Amino acid sequence: MTENNTVAAGDVPQLSPLYLLRWEEPQQAHVMLYPEGVVKLNETAAAILLLCDGQRTAAEIIADLNSRYTSADVSAGVYRFLETSHAKGWIRIKS
Amino acid sequence: MPKAGSGLSLDGDRIPMWLVLELTYRCPLHCAWCNNPLDFDNYRNELSTEEWKRVLREARAMGSLQLGFSGGEPLLREDLEELVGEADRLGFYTNLITSGIGLSRERLQAMKAAGLKQIQLSLQSSDRAITDSLVGAKAFDAKLAAAREIKSHGFPMVLNVPICRQNIEQTEDILKLAEEIGVDYLEFANIQYYNWALLNRSEFLPTRDQIAMAEAAVARARERLGKRMTIYFVIPDYFDERPKACMNGWGAIHLTIAPDGSALPCQEARVIPGLEFPSVRDAPLAWIWHESPVFNEFRGDAWMKEPCRSCPEKEQDFGGCRCQAYLLTGNAANTDPVCAKSPEHHLVVDAVAEAAVPGRRRRPIVMRRRDSVNTMFMGCGG
Ligand SMILES: C[S@@+](CC[C@H](N)C(=O)[O-])C[C@H]1O[C@@H](n2cnc3c(N)ncnc32)[C@H](O)[C@@H]1O
Ligand code: SF4
Ligand code: SF4
Repeated sequence: MTENNTVAAGDVPQLSPLYLLRWEEPQQAHVMLYPEGVVKLNETAAAILLLCDGQRTAAEIIADLNSRYTSADVSAGVYRFLETSHAKGWIRIKS
Repeated sequence: MPKAGSGLSLDGDRIPMWLVLELTYRCPLHCAWCNNPLDFDNYRNELSTEEWKRVLREARAMGSLQLGFSGGEPLLREDLEELVGEADRLGFYTNLITSGIGLSRERLQAMKAAGLKQIQLSLQSSDRAITDSLVGAKAFDAKLAAAREIKSHGFPMVLNVPICRQNIEQTEDILKLAEEIGVDYLEFANIQYYNWALLNRSEFLPTRDQIAMAEAAVARARERLGKRMTIYFVIPDYFDERPKACMNGWGAIHLTIAPDGSALPCQEARVIPGLEFPSVRDAPLAWIWHESPVFNEFRGDAWMKEPCRSCPEKEQDFGGCRCQAYLLTGNAANTDPVCAKSPEHHLVVDAVAEAAVPGRRRRPIVMRRRDSVNTMFMGCGG
């Protein structure tokens, strides 16, 4: 990929319209469905993607997660995951 | 259709994640590589609307997620919209796999309303005359109109281009056309040699040089387009040293239901003689998938012979394709001869070499038509 996938605090990530994210009872997990495949998400990945609603900034997503998972600051991990998701085309960035 | 490396990262608890319903083998086109059976006309006893709905319910209860409505031409079923609606209500991610013939605005609207999620359209060339001659009918204009209509209704769209010697040199033009239409996924589907394609193999196999040129064009387009269009270009397995991980393994994640209700681990599986494919008319789908002898025949790796049995790569490719092993070596439990470790690998190498001999004698292409082949000689193609 030649594009820049970095995500900044003020960026607003949004799930790509090609993807469908939902809870799947038989898998007991969230899955992402798209024309050519299925991805099963772990709990953290799903928690982040569910917040990529085109409203919240990356900073707000992190604040939200920090308030729920108190153990440690999640920001580094969340940025990394958002950047991977961006590179994979799962999310788009509205800035 | 599942692609190698396309993110099938579900730890398969042996769930038929991918369900393909071949609603009918009827089709207005005559593609000479069609992977439908040679005796496609003997499948007129199609499942009824209610029977298809029962299949949908049973599969969904087992955890099926991705659903393809295919054929033949699925648009020839007047209950397609009704089945899409039922599938959507049940929670499937619904795909329509179509030639585009008969895809009117009204039907698109109805399917959108019914919850259809995406459409895969097949196109054979960026050139009208070549397309029409490859499919044996005037189809190019209708396909292009369908493509634009699909995008204007906001569907994610896969454009499937079956690749052969006749169209591979148009890769550049096809890429441009796809970009202009606004295709989301462009799939250069190298023709797989079963059924009609196997009959016509010597006329369709591209040359190594052609493949290299096409790959270079794809690489340039990827560079230019970035994330705007995802391009799949899988080199035809005949040119590889290792087989494809066919179906992610037999009876692992893929289930096809034929028009008459036969359940198949892959849509080509009927070419292997001696297997009995149970029908959803006679048995519950869960029994067919988990218990029936045919779905267990090549499941796991207990059936493997050498060189696969002791091969460190058997978890990656599952020994390749059972149908190809049978069609080329006469034994479905043999190593897929595409593998360089197969003692019969020369069969594939020879086919590639023969098709590339300059000035070789051309054979007439056999179009997919009811009376094109005497089906008493089915399976003798090659
Ligand atoms: C059998 S068709 C049925 C649906 C519809 N009639 C169509 O052509 O799209 C399903 C898909 O398989 C592709 N196809 C057919 N024969 C093939 C072969 N031998 N190898 C690879 N793809 C093939 C077609 O291009 C199409 O995208
Ligand atoms: S591949 Fe061609 S002939 Fe076969 S079902 Fe599709 S459109 Fe019809
Ligand atoms: S020998 Fe069998 S398992 Fe090993 S790479 Fe070849 S096909 Fe795959």
